[in-house]
Amino acid sequence: MDVLRCRGLRKEFGGQAVLDSLDLTVAEHQVVALIGASGSGKSTLLRCVNLLEELHDGTIELDGEEISAPGVDPDKVRRRIGMVFQAYNLFPHLSVLDNVTLAPRRVHRRARVEAEAHARELLDRMGLGAKADAFPDRLSGGQQQRVAIVRALANSPRLLLLDEVTSALDPELVGEVLTMIRDLKADGLTMVLATHEMSFARDVADQVCFLDGGRVLEAGPPQQVLGQPTRPRTQQFLSRIIEAGRL
Amino acid sequence: MSTSAHVLSPAQRARVAYRRRQTVLSVLIAAASTAAVGTLLAVAVTGAPGWERVRQTFLDPQIARDALPRVLTGLWLNVRLLVCCAVAALLLGLLIAVLRTLRGPIFFPIRALATSYTYVFRGLPLIIVLYVLTLGAPGLRLQGMPSVLVLGGAALVLTYSGYLAEVFRAGIESVHPSQLAAARSLGLTYRQTMRHVVLPQAVRRVAPPLLNDIVALQKDVGLVALAGPIDAVRAAQIATAQTFNYTPYIVAGVLFVLLAIPLIAVTDRVTLRAARRQSGG
Repeated sequence: MDVLRCRGLRKEFGGQAVLDSLDLTVAEHQVVALIGASGSGKSTLLRCVNLLEELHDGTIELDGEEISAPGVDPDKVRRRIGMVFQAYNLFPHLSVLDNVTLAPRRVHRRARVEAEAHARELLDRMGLGAKADAFPDRLSGGQQQRVAIVRALANSPRLLLLDEVTSALDPELVGEVLTMIRDLKADGLTMVLATHEMSFARDVADQVCFLDGGRVLEAGPPQQVLGQPTRPRTQQFLSRIIEAGRL
Repeated sequence: MSTSAHVLSPAQRARVAYRRRQTVLSVLIAAASTAAVGTLLAVAVTGAPGWERVRQTFLDPQIARDALPRVLTGLWLNVRLLVCCAVAALLLGLLIAVLRTLRGPIFFPIRALATSYTYVFRGLPLIIVLYVLTLGAPGLRLQGMPSVLVLGGAALVLTYSGYLAEVFRAGIESVHPSQLAAARSLGLTYRQTMRHVVLPQAVRRVAPPLLNDIVALQKDVGLVALAGPIDAVRAAQIATAQTFNYTPYIVAGVLFVLLAIPLIAVTDRVTLRAARRQSGG
């Protein structure tokens, strides 16, 4: 069964097409990695799927339901899709626990006690139990990003979108976040992640999509796309990555 | 940590000793220059040809003692009015700032109204608002018209909420769009995002300028005296008119400063804390 189906997506910024008739299908329990140069449309695609950006054409289906249709309440759609950002975007005025319980309490109307018990359980499982009462500015970047992931998970999303979640981290902190994402894959969570970590994409993704000029230029299993790319643009991009020592 | 076990090197001991000498020296210099400036000022003022006259008309201890109770009664009115007006103006200002941020065509009239409100009441001199409300409004002879004091307070609230709304709006706009994206991505509605994510951060950030405006309001509440109620300055004026001595004004002035000190101290502390938070402390 397909969790996400994007057909002919188009998004423009100031007349410039950032997404150009882009198609993408994500099956249940699948992890799809989006790779490509800066400006290739990875982040824009994720923001469009979460309805944070207005589409200029195309349709998006979540579990077979068209969420890009007029009249669909975006707030209700976003409850079913989790999103994690490059810069964590934790709420600085709230403790870790309050960051995690905000949506369950306000959006899903769970009782405080129930929401907090669930949040503590999630934080414990992710090794963040001791930080529940700390404020975000007391955490390392890696810890903040893991809290942001837990915050998205607290909504029990059908689909998790990860937008270059390790790009802002110091190299020694990347590992803990990637380990967590690996665990989520083992739990069967459906994920789409934009990333610059090619070895991680090879390791964790079921499918790698190379984005170029707002389209999926090449897609397939990681060994194929990262190992034997057929398109010259993909080969060029990957050779630059290898030169930079990132693959 | 094992700081107690650490033995300072001769280089560090020399630095510590040097710093201590420097500290003693700067304290001595500060004391000496303060004494010098103070003495000069005292000599210049008390040595002035008209000093005796000024001292009699502005600094008469007996008249000060006599005027104090009446000025204090007036000051009590200032304090009560300040508290009520500050609370009301903060709430109204916040409301107007939030209304100005509403999006969507349905809210156009509300947005336009809130915007014109801040334009009109920041542009209009407070005294004119006061006169229109306290002298004009009762002239309508409507049933249940509130007292002049309430009307005067309303004029203060109208004017100050215009300023405070702009301070709140600056705070709301200073919250980074990524915070909104994060909140919306969790499924929070626009209202929930405002209430739980944007406003708490915005208010914390603009607390120092808000308090600064409240310090200014503290002095302006006295203007209701123009419409009749007797505040501290008005009480001093009446006392002055009876004795032909200006000492009651000095009494009122000193009381105002004393009243402002706690508020200013709070403002400074909040500012300091905000600055520390900003620098990521």
